Amino acid sequence: MSILIDENTTFIVQGITGREAVNLTRECLDYGSKIVGGVTPGRKGREVHGVPVFDTVAQVVEHAGGQVPDGSVVTVPPAFTRDAVFEAIEAGIGLIVIVTERIPRRDVAQMVELAELRGARIIGPNCLGLIVPGVAKMGGIGGPARNAAQAYQPGAVGVMSRSGGMTTEISSTLTAAGLGVSTAISIGGDAIIGSAYAELMPLFEADAQTEAIVIYTEPGGRMEAQLAEWVADNDSRLPIVAFMAGRFMDDEAMKGMSFGHAGTIVEGKEDTATEKIARLEAAGIPVVERIDEIPDAVKAKLAERQAA
Amino acid sequence: MSHIFIDVEVSDDVRGDAGLAKKLEEVCPVDIFADRDGSVEVVEKNVDECILCEMCVRTSPPGGVRVVKLYDDGAALER
Amino acid sequence: MRLYEYESRKLVEDAGIPVTQYGFTQSAEEAARIAEDIGGPVVIKSQVLTGGRMKAGGVKFADSPTEAAEHAAAILALEINGHQPRGVLVDPKAEVKQEFYASVVWDGTAKRPMMLFSDMGGIDIEEVAETHPDHVGRGHFSNLLPLSDFQAKQTIAATGVTGRTLTRLTPIVAALARMFCERDMTLAEINPLAELADGSFVALDAHMEMEDEARPRQKSLLAKLDITEDDQRGGYEPSPFEAAVKAIDAADHRGVIQGRDTGFEGNLGLVIGAGGGSLTLTDAVRSHGGRPANYSEIGGNPSVAKACGLAKQVLGKKGVEKIAVMMSIVSNTRVDIVARGVIKACLELDKDPGETIAIFRIPGAWEEEGFKILDSYGIEYCDRSVSMHEAARRAVEKIQGAPA
Repeated sequence: MSILIDENTTFIVQGITGREAVNLTRECLDYGSKIVGGVTPGRKGREVHGVPVFDTVAQVVEHAGGQVPDGSVVTVPPAFTRDAVFEAIEAGIGLIVIVTERIPRRDVAQMVELAELRGARIIGPNCLGLIVPGVAKMGGIGGPARNAAQAYQPGAVGVMSRSGGMTTEISSTLTAAGLGVSTAISIGGDAIIGSAYAELMPLFEADAQTEAIVIYTEPGGRMEAQLAEWVADNDSRLPIVAFMAGRFMDDEAMKGMSFGHAGTIVEGKEDTATEKIARLEAAGIPVVERIDEIPDAVKAKLAERQAA
Repeated sequence: MSHIFIDVEVSDDVRGDAGLAKKLEEVCPVDIFADRDGSVEVVEKNVDECILCEMCVRTSPPGGVRVVKLYDDGAALER
Repeated sequence: MRLYEYESRKLVEDAGIPVTQYGFTQSAEEAARIAEDIGGPVVIKSQVLTGGRMKAGGVKFADSPTEAAEHAAAILALEINGHQPRGVLVDPKAEVKQEFYASVVWDGTAKRPMMLFSDMGGIDIEEVAETHPDHVGRGHFSNLLPLSDFQAKQTIAATGVTGRTLTRLTPIVAALARMFCERDMTLAEINPLAELADGSFVALDAHMEMEDEARPRQKSLLAKLDITEDDQRGGYEPSPFEAAVKAIDAADHRGVIQGRDTGFEGNLGLVIGAGGGSLTLTDAVRSHGGRPANYSEIGGNPSVAKACGLAKQVLGKKGVEKIAVMMSIVSNTRVDIVARGVIKACLELDKDPGETIAIFRIPGAWEEEGFKILDSYGIEYCDRSVSMHEAARRAVEKIQGAPA
C-alpha cells in the first residue's frame, strides 16, 4: 500500500495554465496519476494536456457529477495562494499540496488552521509533493515520468524531506541499494508547514508496506524535536534514520543567517544542527553524515528489529 | 565569442519567407529568431540558449532549419 | 526585515499603545532641540540594526540640551558591530516603577502566533524563561478568528499579575498581538513595557521584524515609514559578490541563482544547488578538509546566461582557481544547460574548462546531452552512481591535493 495517495486518487491542479503547472500536469499524467480538472480563473473551456480547465473548483465538482476530487496541487502566485487553498478546502477537498514558495507566514497559518477545522491535510508549502513509486505522483517530485522511474522504485522505506531535490537523491540511493521506497514526501522548506514529520508518522505506522523511515533534516525550527518526542511517546514499529544537512551553519561566522530554505533560520538554542543531532540520537534515531550511508544504516536498523 | 555550443542554419527559402519569420519568432521559447521586416534574423546572442525543443525545425519545411550541436561532432536536429 | 527602534515605536504608537514623547534625528543640533522640548533629563539611543548597543556605548544619558548634543554627535559617529547608526532617538529619561516584557512570535510547531509576557522585563526573555519559568506567560491565538482581549488577559494573569496592572496591561498586549498579524510581523517585542512613577504604562523600547515575503502587501506601511524597496536590511551589508549575483538573478526571470560569501574565506569556488543540495554539498566539501570560497544555489532551470553569470562571479573571487559544479539529482533544472553555462564562464575568462572545473556532478534531466558537452571539453564529470560526498572529495583533492 502507500500513504495519502494510491492508484485511485483523483486530484486537480489549481493554477494549471502556469508554465510550471503545465509541466507538472504532463509529468503526473505520464506517471499514471488521475488529474480530473484544472482551475485558472478566466480560462474556463481550455485544456492542458487533455485536462479540462475551469474557473472555479465548484465547476470541477459539478463537471464530475458532484464527485469531489481527493486532492489538489496548488501552484498559483504567493499573493493568491491562500484564496486558492481556502477554495479547495471549502469545496471539501481533503489533501492539498502547496507548491508555491514565498508565502507570508500569516497566510500559511490561516490555511493550516482552516484545514484543521475542516479535517483537510496540507503538504507544503514550498514543496514538490509526494510520490508512490510505480503508482502515482502528486506534484513535480522526481520530474518527468522517465526520470521519476529511474530514481523511485517500490519498496519498504518511507521518505520525508524538507528539501524537494534531496527527496529524489535519497530515494535514488535507496532504490540503487535495492531497498526501494513506499511513499516519499517533500514536506516543504518553510518555517511553518502543513505536515511535519511527527504528524505523518501515524500514517506510515499504519501502512503495511512501510518498514522503515528516512528523513532529511536541516537546522531551524522544532520539527526534529517534535519527532523525537513522538518517538518517545509512541511505541513505533518503524525504525528511523536521519540525514542532517547544513552542519556548517553552526559556525560562528554563519550565526543568524538562513541558507537553502526559509525555514533554516536558527532562532533558538534548540534548532542548531548540533542540538538536533543530539536530540534525534537520544531518541534512538541515528543521524548519518553522508547520503550514501543511509541504506546501510536502514539495513542495520531493520536487522536490529528482526533480532529483537 | 557569440555561440559555441549550438549553430542554427536557415535555408535561403525560409530566410525570405515573411510568414515563417513571424512564426519562428513566436515558437522559439528562447528568442533565437526575430522577424526582421518579413525575413528571418538569427539572434546570435541567444543561440546558445537553445533548449533543443525542435519547435523551429517542425515549424519549417524539410531542410528549412537545422539546429547543429557543435559539441557533438555536428550532429543536427533537422527534418 | 528588522526595523529600527524609531520605526518600531511608530508601529507601536499606531497600534494605540502609549509611548513616551520621543524624537528621532540624524543631527546633533536637532537632538539638542528635541531635548529642550522634552525639558528634563533625556536618554540618547543609537538607531542601529544590531543588539548590544548599551554595552558598546550607544546609549547615553544627558541632563541638558548641550550634553544631549555632545552625546548625539558621539553616538552618530559610533559604529556598532560593523553597523553604522541610522540616527539617534531622544527619549525622556523615564521614572520607572516596574518593567514588563511583552512580545508576539510565530510558533512553527503549533502553527499559531504566540503571545509571550513576563513581569520581569528589561532583561533577556530566554534567560527569564530558564531561571524563572513561572514568570513567563504564553498564549497561542487563532489567526482566523479575531483576537479577543481575554486571551491577552489570560497570558498576563498566568504570571501572577493582577489588580489594576492586569487591567491596564491587557489592552496593550492585545493591541500588540493584533498589530503583529495585521502588519505581517515575525517578531513584535516591547521590552521594557514600563509602569512609570505616575502610574502610566508606556513602551520604552520596541523591536519589530517584518516578514520579507509580506513586503509587497505592506507597501503603504513601508511608505509611511520611509522604507524604500531597495532598502533590503538583510541584517548585514551584502558583499560585492552577493550584490552581483543578485543583480544577475534579477535581470533574467529564468531560474533562480543565489550566492553568499559572507563568512566564507576559502579557495574552492562552489557552483552548487539547490536548497537542500547546497547545504549537503557545503558540508561534504568541508568534511574533506575543503575550504569553500562561497555558498551558492542554482534552481528552477536557469538560462545558460544565468548559470554562466554565477560561475563567472565565483571564478572572479580572489584566490579562486577552480570551481566544483555539483547538485543533487535534478528533475527541473537541466544538466546540459548548466554545463553550457559554466563552460562559457571559463572561456569568457580565458580559462581552460577542463582545468578550471574540478568536478561536474549533476545527474538527472538531460544528462546524456550534458555529458556529451562535458566530454567535448575534457571535463571530469560523474553520474548518480557517484555520491555527492564522493564528488566533493574529488573536488577537494584536485584543489588542495590529497588529504594528509
